[in-house]
Amino acid sequence: MGALLQVKEAGIQFGGLKAVSGFNMELNQGELVGLIGPNGAGKTTSFNLLTGVYVPTEGDILFDGKRLNGLAPYQVTRKGISRTFQNIRLFSELSVLDNVKVAYHSLAKHSILSSIFRLPSHFSEEKVMEEKSLEFLKIFQLDRYKDEKAKNLPYGQQRRLEIARALAAGPKLLLLDEPAAGMNPQETHELMELIAFIRKQFDLTILLIEHDMALVMGICERIYVLDHGQLIAEGTPDVIRNHPKVIEAYLGEEVTSDNA
Amino acid sequence: MKKMNKFWLFLILAVVVYGVGQGLIQTGILNAFYSNMLILMIINIVLAASLHLVIGITGQFSIGHAGFLAVGAYVSAIITMKFELPFVLAIIIGGIVAALAGLLVGIPTLRLRGDYLAIATLGFGEIIRIVFLNIEYVGGASGMMVSNMTTWTSAFVCLVITILVISNFTNSRHGRACIAIRENEIAADAMGINTTFYKVAAFAIGSFFAGIAGGLFAHNFYIIQPTNFGFLKSFDILIFVVLGGLGSLSGSVISAILLTIISTYLQQYPETRMIIYSIVLVVVMLYRPQGLMGTREITDFFGKKKTAKGGN
Repeated sequence: MGALLQVKEAGIQFGGLKAVSGFNMELNQGELVGLIGPNGAGKTTSFNLLTGVYVPTEGDILFDGKRLNGLAPYQVTRKGISRTFQNIRLFSELSVLDNVKVAYHSLAKHSILSSIFRLPSHFSEEKVMEEKSLEFLKIFQLDRYKDEKAKNLPYGQQRRLEIARALAAGPKLLLLDEPAAGMNPQETHELMELIAFIRKQFDLTILLIEHDMALVMGICERIYVLDHGQLIAEGTPDVIRNHPKVIEAYLGEEVTSDNA
Repeated sequence: MKKMNKFWLFLILAVVVYGVGQGLIQTGILNAFYSNMLILMIINIVLAASLHLVIGITGQFSIGHAGFLAVGAYVSAIITMKFELPFVLAIIIGGIVAALAGLLVGIPTLRLRGDYLAIATLGFGEIIRIVFLNIEYVGGASGMMVSNMTTWTSAFVCLVITILVISNFTNSRHGRACIAIRENEIAADAMGINTTFYKVAAFAIGSFFAGIAGGLFAHNFYIIQPTNFGFLKSFDILIFVVLGGLGSLSGSVISAILLTIISTYLQQYPETRMIIYSIVLVVVMLYRPQGLMGTREITDFFGKKKTAKGGN
């Protein structure tokens, strides 16, 4: 069996600027992989390439053996890649329950006419949606907030809801864009447990962007490092921690070499 | 179960309102002037509800709605006056042609966002009006004579269907998809919602009911002229929706009722009419910037009580 996700020499150019180029990545079923790099390295851009927000100007992206290049984001999601955002993007005026229901949208089948005329398929499918969504909220311990507007949740809970919503879309691969951003150590710890838990529960492959090194080093099996749109290193947390290029990207060049 | 109750409640309410209106008109308690106001009120509610779906639910700021009203009005008038086919058929075909016009306009323009979409739809609305202005077949600038066929009954049936369809659409996965687009288009897309499809669908359904309103409108005034469908008409409809509260169907309905009454009564004072009307709008926007109902529905108030009861 091949890799779940294969990125081959993918890149994108905005006018004269090469935001990401020659990006290679392989994710195997069930892996938890981190993507790190200094600010502006192209991490979120690569997420946008994977999810169809941008169309790669070079290279290929294969998911489950099928080419994703040129598919719209909603089509990519239906193929089984779901994501969260760096700046939380909930449907703030909708209730917590409805946020999850929206993600479950493409798994239901009833048509617009069925809903307008309130045919039996409308009722049965909406009932399934409601039950499934409640199940998701229970798993994430958000069910007591179900009728609350999403914007009224505390920050940490909003992050949880965003992950719950991404999972409700039924992904095989989950992309988390800085899930721990703005969280205190306690919340980060809970988040790590949550990620480990959903991975087991949903048989997921997870790719996450993160600046919190404790989190990345703590839970990722492999790590990719980006700098200036180029992949500079790849390997286990131990390899990455001592990789000269990674240290250089984060801390700058060592001066000792000049003295010697 | 609860949803079924709501439906029957709505139906009973509709029958009662219809009965009262019919009674008042039949017995002559309401003279022709006021019964005409009632029909005008219904037309305005249908228009407000149809635009509510586009702006309030899907969040697409369209200000060319009068164009689809015009399509419905002219097409239905052609069918009754030129082809001498029944009124019911005219209304339905008027709606369908308006929906097709909505598709035609919606597919290219709904790629745009915010201000750009507003300007594009405004432009298309004007184009539709000017097309009718230049077609001799429908009388050009001097307008088209249409016999009076709209009755309280026919108008009320259209109203009930409009409200039912729009609220059924809204309270389903499709409506939630549209609201998700309003709330955050990028996230909606990332959650597997075909945003273009739903924007165009909401626009077409909105146009359909604007066309229905056009059919009622055309057969209510003896004459239709392109000047009836200028951008000022579009703004009138927009005002219903904004004043009622973006995202609230009952708000749109209530504000359409109130503003129709206000503007009808103010016809007795032609010199100050627009001034007072504008002052009313300014005052409402100052004290209720979120609109009369905000994003809430009238049924929310009953719903709240019910859950409270259940908790005890």
